[in-house]
Amino acid sequence: MAAHGNGSGNGAGPVPRAEGGARAGGALEGGAMAGGAMARGARSGQYPDFSAPAVDRVMVEERAAALGKRSLKKEAKVAGLKLAISMMDLTTLEGRDSSGKVLQLCQKAMRPHERADVPACAAVCVYPTLVPVAKKALAGSGVKVASVATAFPSGLSPLSVKLADVREAVALGADEIDMVIDRGAMLAGKHGSVFDEIVAVKEACGEAHLKVILETGELGTYDRVRKASQIAMLAGADFIKTSTGKVTPAATPAVTLVMLEAIRDFYYATGKRIGMKPAGGIRTAKQALHYLVLVKETLGDAWLNADLFRFGASTLLNDVLMQLEKERTGAYQGGDYFSKD
Amino acid sequence: MARGSKQDAGRGAPQAAGEGEAAAGEASASQEGGFAQPARVGIRKAYKMFVGGAFVRSESGRYTQVPEHAGVAGENRENVPRASRKDGRDAVKVAHEAWAGWAGRTAQNRGQILYRLGEMLDARRGELSGSLERGGVAAGAAQAEVDATVDRAIAYAGWTDKYQSLFASLNPVAGPHFNFTSPESLGVVVIVAPERPALLGLAGAILPVITAGNTCVVLASTADPRTAITFAEALATSDLPGGVVNILTGSVAEVLPHLARHVEVAALDLHGLEPALRKSVEEDASGSVKRVHARKLSEEGWFDAAATESPRWIERFVELKTIWHPAGQ
Repeated sequence: MAAHGNGSGNGAGPVPRAEGGARAGGALEGGAMAGGAMARGARSGQYPDFSAPAVDRVMVEERAAALGKRSLKKEAKVAGLKLAISMMDLTTLEGRDSSGKVLQLCQKAMRPHERADVPACAAVCVYPTLVPVAKKALAGSGVKVASVATAFPSGLSPLSVKLADVREAVALGADEIDMVIDRGAMLAGKHGSVFDEIVAVKEACGEAHLKVILETGELGTYDRVRKASQIAMLAGADFIKTSTGKVTPAATPAVTLVMLEAIRDFYYATGKRIGMKPAGGIRTAKQALHYLVLVKETLGDAWLNADLFRFGASTLLNDVLMQLEKERTGAYQGGDYFSKD
Repeated sequence: MARGSKQDAGRGAPQAAGEGEAAAGEASASQEGGFAQPARVGIRKAYKMFVGGAFVRSESGRYTQVPEHAGVAGENRENVPRASRKDGRDAVKVAHEAWAGWAGRTAQNRGQILYRLGEMLDARRGELSGSLERGGVAAGAAQAEVDATVDRAIAYAGWTDKYQSLFASLNPVAGPHFNFTSPESLGVVVIVAPERPALLGLAGAILPVITAGNTCVVLASTADPRTAITFAEALATSDLPGGVVNILTGSVAEVLPHLARHVEVAALDLHGLEPALRKSVEEDASGSVKRVHARKLSEEGWFDAAATESPRWIERFVELKTIWHPAGQ
């Protein structure tokens, strides 16, 4: 559990921490955690400080919107769009997913367009049973396999089932795990329970990277999004992610800005760089550039790579490709000339 | 009548508007039949383009000015949006999205909608002919143009479920196959409406295109764009799904080349384009192998119902699909 334990020491910053070792058990009563036995009792002292600054709704929405008005043209636009492709988690999460569809998606992720100067996507994101198909198709390409787990998308299964889900996905070859938090617990104020669950999932992930989906559309307020971000990062998330894509509203610029600011403050406090993944509802090249501007202005160039920023998307890629072709040829493109996933 | 004249006063020169405000300040100046008659401020209509079933300004924020009445000089002008190439792109996008739904409707339903368009135009006769008159058409000619426009809508409403059997064929082939041909819609058609007649030319160009199940982006007459917008108000109330007809106003030469190169546009229908622009547009269109129909009808030509209500006008905007089906044995 080193991943979540190392933050407390080097923080002279604004995130006060309790001692790391005692926090483990918490709400998992009689649970799977080794530290469960000593967790009873004065629980409040056993968790890090989850407090987060209040979010000014008007200001955050204004700032997020204002950063969307920046005009990127010509070479800057082309560079931005190529960067966006290299950050994309090409996603298919439908009940009708088949190995054929995943194979097609993998081909597209490795080679989005016939032109050689278009980079490959960062990862392919699928359900656990399709991980082996993707793993085989992507072998040697450098494109990662991400799998959703923990009873995606609701997350409403017993913890043991969720952990088994994660271990299974990792065993099948997933490089990255996208988990969902228990929004019910978050809304009920059981922050310790949310924290413990992420800690447990992180442990089950082993080497695999963990992305924590907050499902911001169900959290209701920016304050709660900010707090959930804080909890996830303290618990050891490698990435925090806005949405499953199954709930509306999904990713919005404003909610992404709130999370990016949480990442920034966490970095100042701990020196750890946490990644960000907006997902759901990002369909156009223009939106993608808007998000890149948000990252650049909030976190700087260090975050502008696929290790620390991802787009969760399915239809976005074609629009970005169409825009790149438009810049190259000067003619607006038509959807019929680009492969459907 | 009192209301009409008040509106005209409001639209007048700036000093007239100033007087109106002064009169309004005195409030309930005149007493008529026991009711107070406050002086009213003239209401000027904001003319907007019609895209995706909504009335929108240009994303560029630009306007062109059209004289309040043709031939009237001075400050008395009205602002009409000047479309940019991005407005054109947005319009093609919504037109393409609307295509499957429109083409997928039954021919009978398309006919019902076009008939309702005829009804809506008929109910706006006064407004339409008034708009044509403000654009410089004599009163009698304006009324005749509106009549012909209503008739044209009704005529094409009748064609929606009949042209198929005229264009379709059962083809004799030397083999054990059943071979037949049937018409299908093309997709998004970009129309450049003729300068005159501003209303009949516009409607006469749009109707055959949408009758065949296509959707369209129309660049309205630059001589009288107001009438095109008033026509759009009839479209908006005729149950026509949003995006089937999109009307842009502004400079044709500015927007058309981008639409001609747009890969998602299936055909161009150009009326009265000057030869140089027509040539360059045809070259632009060749990049994505579009159908280009270019013609220049005389003004009287548009009133020739026998010619312009012919199914040959519809035939220009259909694709003929031939199917070979195994038969016999």
